[in-house]
Amino acid sequence: MSWCGKILRVDLTAGRCSAEPMNTEWAGLYLGQRGLGTKYLFEEVDPAVDSLSPANKLIFVTGPLTGTAASTGGRYSVVTKGALGGAIAASNSGGHWGAELKFAGWDMIILEGRSPEPVYLSIRDETAELLPAGGFVWGKSVWETDAALKARHQEPQLRIAAIGAAGENLVRYACIVNDLDRAPGRSGVGAVMGSKNLKAIAVRGTRGVRIADPEAFFAASRICNAKIAAHEWTGRALPTYGTLPMIDVTNEHGSLPTRNNRDVQFEGTGRINALAMHARRATDGKSNFVRNKGCFGCTIACGRVVKMDPGHFSVKDKGRYHGAGGGLEYEAAFSLGAMTGVDDLEACTYANYLCNEHGMDPISFGVVVAAAMELYETGAIGDAVTGNVRFRFGSAEALCVAAELTGAGTDFGRDLGLGAKRLCDKYGHPEFAMVVKGQEFPGYDARAMQGMGLAYATSNRGACHMRASPFADDFARITPDGKAEVVKRTQDELSAIDSTGLCAFTSAALSFEDYAALIGAACGGTWSAERLLEIGERVWNLERQFNLAAGFTRADDTLPDRCLKTPAPSGRGSGRVCELDSMLPEYYRLRGWTEDGRPSDETLTRLAL
Amino acid sequence: MLRALAIAPEKCTGCLQCEMACSFRSEGVYNPARSRIKVFTFHEEGRFVPYSCTQCADAWCVLACPVAAIAIDPATAARTVDANRCVGCRVCTMACPFGTINYNATTGKAMKCDLCGGEPACVAACPTGAIVFVDAEAGGYWKMRAWASRTGAAI
Repeated sequence: MSWCGKILRVDLTAGRCSAEPMNTEWAGLYLGQRGLGTKYLFEEVDPAVDSLSPANKLIFVTGPLTGTAASTGGRYSVVTKGALGGAIAASNSGGHWGAELKFAGWDMIILEGRSPEPVYLSIRDETAELLPAGGFVWGKSVWETDAALKARHQEPQLRIAAIGAAGENLVRYACIVNDLDRAPGRSGVGAVMGSKNLKAIAVRGTRGVRIADPEAFFAASRICNAKIAAHEWTGRALPTYGTLPMIDVTNEHGSLPTRNNRDVQFEGTGRINALAMHARRATDGKSNFVRNKGCFGCTIACGRVVKMDPGHFSVKDKGRYHGAGGGLEYEAAFSLGAMTGVDDLEACTYANYLCNEHGMDPISFGVVVAAAMELYETGAIGDAVTGNVRFRFGSAEALCVAAELTGAGTDFGRDLGLGAKRLCDKYGHPEFAMVVKGQEFPGYDARAMQGMGLAYATSNRGACHMRASPFADDFARITPDGKAEVVKRTQDELSAIDSTGLCAFTSAALSFEDYAALIGAACGGTWSAERLLEIGERVWNLERQFNLAAGFTRADDTLPDRCLKTPAPSGRGSGRVCELDSMLPEYYRLRGWTEDGRPSDETLTRLAL
Repeated sequence: MLRALAIAPEKCTGCLQCEMACSFRSEGVYNPARSRIKVFTFHEEGRFVPYSCTQCADAWCVLACPVAAIAIDPATAARTVDANRCVGCRVCTMACPFGTINYNATTGKAMKCDLCGGEPACVAACPTGAIVFVDAEAGGYWKMRAWASRTGAAI
């Protein structure tokens, strides 16, 4: 079966690695990845602990389909108490690292305590050891660390997940970066890793993944791959243009957060969209876009490989940015572009490079810069604070300098590393922070997209676009009625998919019967769409239980006043606010929660929690 | 008709479906470390290149093998390793100029692409057509066609 049945437990305080059996009963109830990681975290960590203390744990966990030939089967999750808002974090990544961990014979890694000295974890099949990082890769960027570890271990096939300076400096939205430009990006999982003095996990696996019923699995994966290839979005749009075309949709609709959500449409969209990425530059006659690429096992291949204009002010005479790298996808184009008002594609690409190089979540980073720009333009901070950098909306220079300073952890970069909430609190304007539960907004405004507003408010890790899928319904219907049902249903669906080892993008082409067929063939046992959706609901409720125990209440299921009280200035939602009050009670009722947002005893019993 | 693998790197997205299919077909597990075909990433250039044995007519591995363990499959003309004969001396891996025959430490034998008996699993698995199995005498025709179309357009 496609589970290895083995967990690597790493006691960083004692410097000890040990193997233990994976709890197969829990895998039956919570599947893998996000679900299984949440169960382990819930059982082992007091939700009230400080996320950056040794008492927090950091869990890297694969799914039952990770490391199989099911399309997109390379995903893993990092589950921990997040450093950004203190809610449960389950950050999901592709690339090749997750599958490599499985090939080495491990389903998950639980890291606990705090190493007395900086270390990295080296795994080659059964052998796992902590090695010193001090004087070697500690202090180095993600990219330097990747190269240095491959060189030291004489293993070009090594797969590396590392933090950069941002994680070491405990930047609140620091991420972990694997395979140079893929990331479990959100909620500050990189800061938790930094707090544990853990620089990187380098994995080489040669054992492979076995399948319970190889013939059935081969047949099921063939059917799924064909569906993905035949679907308009996963088969044609995503490989050709990535997720970037969404920016034209949200801009037209009036749900593209612009200039810290003061606007909802961005006049510079045409200069940072997919067509701009593919257009030949006037300067060197080449396009930003080079080609698409896939994560492990992915037959969609939405990833953008790009090359910057070597003459652009941000990278002139900086050779390391002249090669190919990870390009903008929708969320980065929104946050680094529209949200900051910057319409310079090359500057946004440079900021995105720095986020990968230093290990920062580009969504949060862009929203933090936008908050700093509003603080600057309203006079709440001045040149003395910013180091004479003029943080005006639309300033490509300010965006680039902000990325450099935050990555380096110097000067105003230290403030920017606090995250939008702490930054705006510090300078007396909490209302400028576009956050839920301390986590910055992704690229959808909650006024024209009422369902997304409810999804942000109720997301267990703070504002997130990957925790529910109200997109189609929101673009079709502007009113709040019926949104609670869409949000609740898609939250459960995505919780299940995030626990499989596959990418959420497969859901456009695959049904839950397809997922059940893949999991059944891979793991054995009886799997159905109903069982998977029940697991999704169970995972959602367990995350909620964690957050309630961490001190979150109904009052945290909310949005900034800018969404609730200030009408949208233009677009389809013009004149509207997000009517959260009308949606939230219905949502709680559909969830089987009490009026104050706690799962009822009946609901907990029904879900075996 | 003799057929051969033809590889178009510009179509490769680096997803490794070919490596998964190869290891699954040859060893019954999903394990890229045991794949005969390998995809190499040139990150700085943004290129992915699948590479495998080209089944040389006058093959170095065949000539080098001291126990005549590498034979020609009459159906496909693939050079295949007879595991019963192979002694794992690795001389073939040194002889091959392309590095496409390698040593499997688990089995103690040499391993290389055998064209799956005429139905290469990597070809069936590739989602972008970057690996195709075509007439060995016409492996370059698709490139000729591309250039031919440019030639016509220029006139």
